[in-house]
Amino acid sequence: MNKHMTDLTAETITGGVHSSPRHDSAHKHVAGTAVYIDDITEPAGTLHAGLGLSTVAHGILKSVDLDAVRAAPGVVDVLTCADIPGVNDISPSGMNDDPVLAEGKVQFHGQPIFCVIAETREQARRAARLARIEYEELPADIDIWDLDVKTHRQVFTPLTLKRGDTAGALETAPRRVKGRMRLGGQDHFYLEGQVSLAVPGEDDEVLVHCSTQGPSETQHMIAHALGVPSHAVTVEVRRMGGGFGGKETQANQCAALAAIAAKKLNRAVKVRLDRDEDMVATGKRHDFAIDYDVGFDDEGRILAVDYTFALRAGFSADLSGPVGDRALFHCDNAYFFPHVHAKSAPLYTNTVSNTAFRGFGGPQGMVGAERVIDEVAFAVGKDPLDIRKLNFYDAMGVEGERNVTPYHQKVEDCIIQRIVAELETSADYAGRRKAIAEFNAKSRVVKRGLALTPVKFGISFTKTESNQAGALVHVYTDGSVHMNHGGTEMGQGLHLKVAQVVAEEFQIDLERVKITATTTAKVPNTSPTAASSGADLNGMAAQDAARQIKQRLIAFAAETWQVPRSRDLPAEPGAHRRDGDPVQRSGEEGLYRPRPAFGRRFLQDAEDPLGSLEGARPCLLLLCLWRGLLGSLGRYADRRICGRAHRHPPRYRPFLEQDHRYRPDRGRLHPGHGLADDRGTVVGRQGAAAHPCALDL
Amino acid sequence: MADAAVRSHLRFILNGRDVTLTDVAPDQTLLDWLRLSRALKGTKEGCAEGDCGACSVLVGRLTPDGGLVYEGVNACIRFLGSLDGCHVVTVEHLAAKDGHLHPVQQAMVDFHGSQCGFCTPGFVMSLYGLWMQTPNPDDRQIETALQGNLCRCTGYEPILRAARAISSYGGTDKDPLLSERETMIARLKALKDGARVEIGAGKHRLVVPAGLDDFADLLEASPTATIVAGSTDVGLWVTKHMRDISPVIFIAGLDELKSISVKDGAVTIGAGVTYSEAIDTLGQHIPALGPLIARIGGQQVRNMGTIGGNIANGSPIGDTPPALIALGATLTLRKGKARRTIPLQDFFIAYGKQDRQPGEFVEAVHIPIPAQDEHFAVYKVTKRRDEDITATLGALRMTLADDGTVASICIAYGGMAATPKRALAVEAALLGQPWTEATVEAAMEKYPQDFSPLTDMRATADYRALVAKNLLLRFYLETTSNAAPAQVSRYEAA
Repeated sequence: MNKHMTDLTAETITGGVHSSPRHDSAHKHVAGTAVYIDDITEPAGTLHAGLGLSTVAHGILKSVDLDAVRAAPGVVDVLTCADIPGVNDISPSGMNDDPVLAEGKVQFHGQPIFCVIAETREQARRAARLARIEYEELPADIDIWDLDVKTHRQVFTPLTLKRGDTAGALETAPRRVKGRMRLGGQDHFYLEGQVSLAVPGEDDEVLVHCSTQGPSETQHMIAHALGVPSHAVTVEVRRMGGGFGGKETQANQCAALAAIAAKKLNRAVKVRLDRDEDMVATGKRHDFAIDYDVGFDDEGRILAVDYTFALRAGFSADLSGPVGDRALFHCDNAYFFPHVHAKSAPLYTNTVSNTAFRGFGGPQGMVGAERVIDEVAFAVGKDPLDIRKLNFYDAMGVEGERNVTPYHQKVEDCIIQRIVAELETSADYAGRRKAIAEFNAKSRVVKRGLALTPVKFGISFTKTESNQAGALVHVYTDGSVHMNHGGTEMGQGLHLKVAQVVAEEFQIDLERVKITATTTAKVPNTSPTAASSGADLNGMAAQDAARQIKQRLIAFAAETWQVPRSRDLPAEPGAHRRDGDPVQRSGEEGLYRPRPAFGRRFLQDAEDPLGSLEGARPCLLLLCLWRGLLGSLGRYADRRICGRAHRHPPRYRPFLEQDHRYRPDRGRLHPGHGLADDRGTVVGRQGAAAHPCALDL
Repeated sequence: MADAAVRSHLRFILNGRDVTLTDVAPDQTLLDWLRLSRALKGTKEGCAEGDCGACSVLVGRLTPDGGLVYEGVNACIRFLGSLDGCHVVTVEHLAAKDGHLHPVQQAMVDFHGSQCGFCTPGFVMSLYGLWMQTPNPDDRQIETALQGNLCRCTGYEPILRAARAISSYGGTDKDPLLSERETMIARLKALKDGARVEIGAGKHRLVVPAGLDDFADLLEASPTATIVAGSTDVGLWVTKHMRDISPVIFIAGLDELKSISVKDGAVTIGAGVTYSEAIDTLGQHIPALGPLIARIGGQQVRNMGTIGGNIANGSPIGDTPPALIALGATLTLRKGKARRTIPLQDFFIAYGKQDRQPGEFVEAVHIPIPAQDEHFAVYKVTKRRDEDITATLGALRMTLADDGTVASICIAYGGMAATPKRALAVEAALLGQPWTEATVEAAMEKYPQDFSPLTDMRATADYRALVAKNLLLRFYLETTSNAAPAQVSRYEAA
């Protein structure tokens, strides 16, 4: 037992909050011993799946002849929609528009129609190619650019934000510009593709190891499709090989198929998509068509803006409604629009159903804002930075009116002026601008550019009730701690951060806190790990749990050893060590020994950590980036970012991120890079997803 | 070579252990074998097409001069049959027996080089391969070594920091692979018995020829066999298209196809020479080819893929054929003992159809070195700079007469037609004309006569048509002025 004990004589614990430990799994990542779903030792007799995908974008299934598939070597079974014991739907929006397997018709090229179960994955994949499917092809809507947002079918109720008299202000504005822009989509390209391993249990039970950002939702969807209560389904995930939003809802299909096959055949079943199948059959970032109509004065001050954000939702709602909402919440970026009208249009298309992707519509909204700034700057002939500064929200301390967002939230504590002023000086914006102009005057082919662009980003879920978390903390009789919470690990170091919080609360070394796999059997009904909220929500839930346990232990210790209970909690890290906390002074090393403890609590919205924010009113995170040189081909060639992040106000973040996140000097640039240089996803030039390949990054 | 000794099993070394396999499918990939048969699950499948690098392992092989070289390869598209006599090193082999991490691994941990960790074993192996040969690499070397490894979490910066610091964690003198090099060379030499390997029978057959003549005889006897050198393309026939490729003849180990010689103003490259093996010689004698080859695939693909394969494969978007056609290269084909040499441009007949008879194979390519006064440039246009497949590639070679007129011109494009193809109408518009912008602009109007490109996921037909003719303008600007840049390299930009 002693080897597990914390050194109580040390001044401070190791690995508490505000320290920067290595990722808890880093030593396993580099050694190849970190276990992902496909690395889990398979139960004997595990079967494998291959999907049969639609080869047309829209059509009636006239006949589905699977005889050759069934007769292929190694094939054990072939699942179609008829084999789904519960409801053939995994719609996260409740719209009942997301079939597990196509029923009667297909609505996009790549839609799963059947699922082959075979002894090996290779046999399943080979067999899946033997199907003979006849379609009656129907007209397909592919590109939102060509669709009329007023009349075209929308997959979800759109949102409109309005403040003031936009139409009137546009009419009377001295200057006015209208325009339209296209912003491409992106594939997540999580390095680990979609994968689930289902192990059947007794009665109606099934355990599913699934690479998912939302284990609870995956669990509920599996139960829904199996027609069993949620209590029969356990979903577990230790870590994902990347998610980026692509496993918030998109993991559910593989999970449901694996579970259905496992229960039907009473054998373990693994569904692991090939990268190509993953890219055609699962959703991506929404591409947008953004219409704008902006009125402004001769100085470049914006008077009114009217926006329409049309997005390619794909064939089902999935998360397209909230993604469109979030685009609207960011259509102002850091700028005050006196009169504003903005609406979203999540348009039905015969393409794969698009989904969450880092930023969740936010970046698309901001691009709309910045395009308007650029249009105004060109129109009045000024440096865009001047136009940006002219239109910023009022700084904190300024008694102005220019501080209300299109969603009627008052912008408080705004420090964007200060950040931009600092950056303008430290980056020598003016000097660079001059040098670039001189270069461009002399250079016929290669042209350079420069931009200093603010970002206002709202964290937390716009669906208010999702802003809650649960944690489960055990303290064992040897003093070691088992920590579990509802968040999932996909590389962001969430488990480590939450473990740091627990270590901090108990004032024990980090190594004594065991990080365990996320499972629906320990913490139920959780939100997906998304919306930049994982550490805040789950960290506070774990903190709350740890505090409850600690209070009980302190009370127990005070009573058992007859010492006064002079204070409840140490005021700061290590404080109880230094100033002689009565509990510690009792000298008993068995502080945590007497009994195992258990605590859990849901953190219900409320005061901490996200304050009294309502849904659809994201709190502000001000982050300012400055980008360098533009390459000659219209993409930026320079990967440098100099910039600094100001998190504000700090009370919303009770614990610090570690080193490897949000480094102030360099960016987590890669996915943003792919979006910003407008490669886009390649969908449907032939009315179908083109041959997938990794260029969709 | 009818009397060549025949062995019916593969022999190679996996990490520390000798492996003998008697039952190997011709299309068995190294990755599946490692993960499914050996439960070595540190090597990951990210894309199964040689793009992402999560499956990177090192393959050590004896060089013709008796040395031992370790190269990073993509296990997902590498077939077991190509590994006879090799040493396969996976990520599990790096840490010491007591669990102590290797310097490469420790640097990645300490500099936060991993987040989700799925790509990490591949990065570790690529960095290991780099560090073994270049213990203190500069940024350009690091980025080249990591071209074939994708990471979606870190933004790469922490990985670059780790790469720069590896040598501060320990010297190469303590590295087990390097310190046990002589032992390993002896072990690998012991595996080289000069025998032909044949596993399976009839159609389902895997053959590793004993030598070049043996290969020629085998292919003549089984003309429908799939010839596999680097498997950077054939690998995808299996992993993506599920094609049956057997019987298969693996030629990667044939030293006789690995010769590079410079003689009589030409570079001759054996068909088995990989991009990595060719890049130094070609880059030295024909400078424009160095940067071109450095943009073919990632390091792993260049360590496997061959220029001979790039030609024989006949793809309309292969990167080397247009460049070699513009250089006036010729091809030596061999069938049995008979050889013939043809101009490379005549090899490509139509889409999927080349001038290769049944039983015949590409043995070598001869590349004339441009004269001092010749201008030669290759432009590869892709969506991503590195590790991307060509949308359009233009290669242009020209000499000017003393009076400033075009004395000779040869222009070839990839990605513009069903085969790599000459721009004959454009050439005709330039030949004999003064090398001026007016001439170039007039010639740019001739492109539609030469090419009617297609729209696919890499580019639209309009884009291809426009960029193709603009490459001629770029060539003009680069050959007439040194002052204003006509393109940006990432290092100039930074």
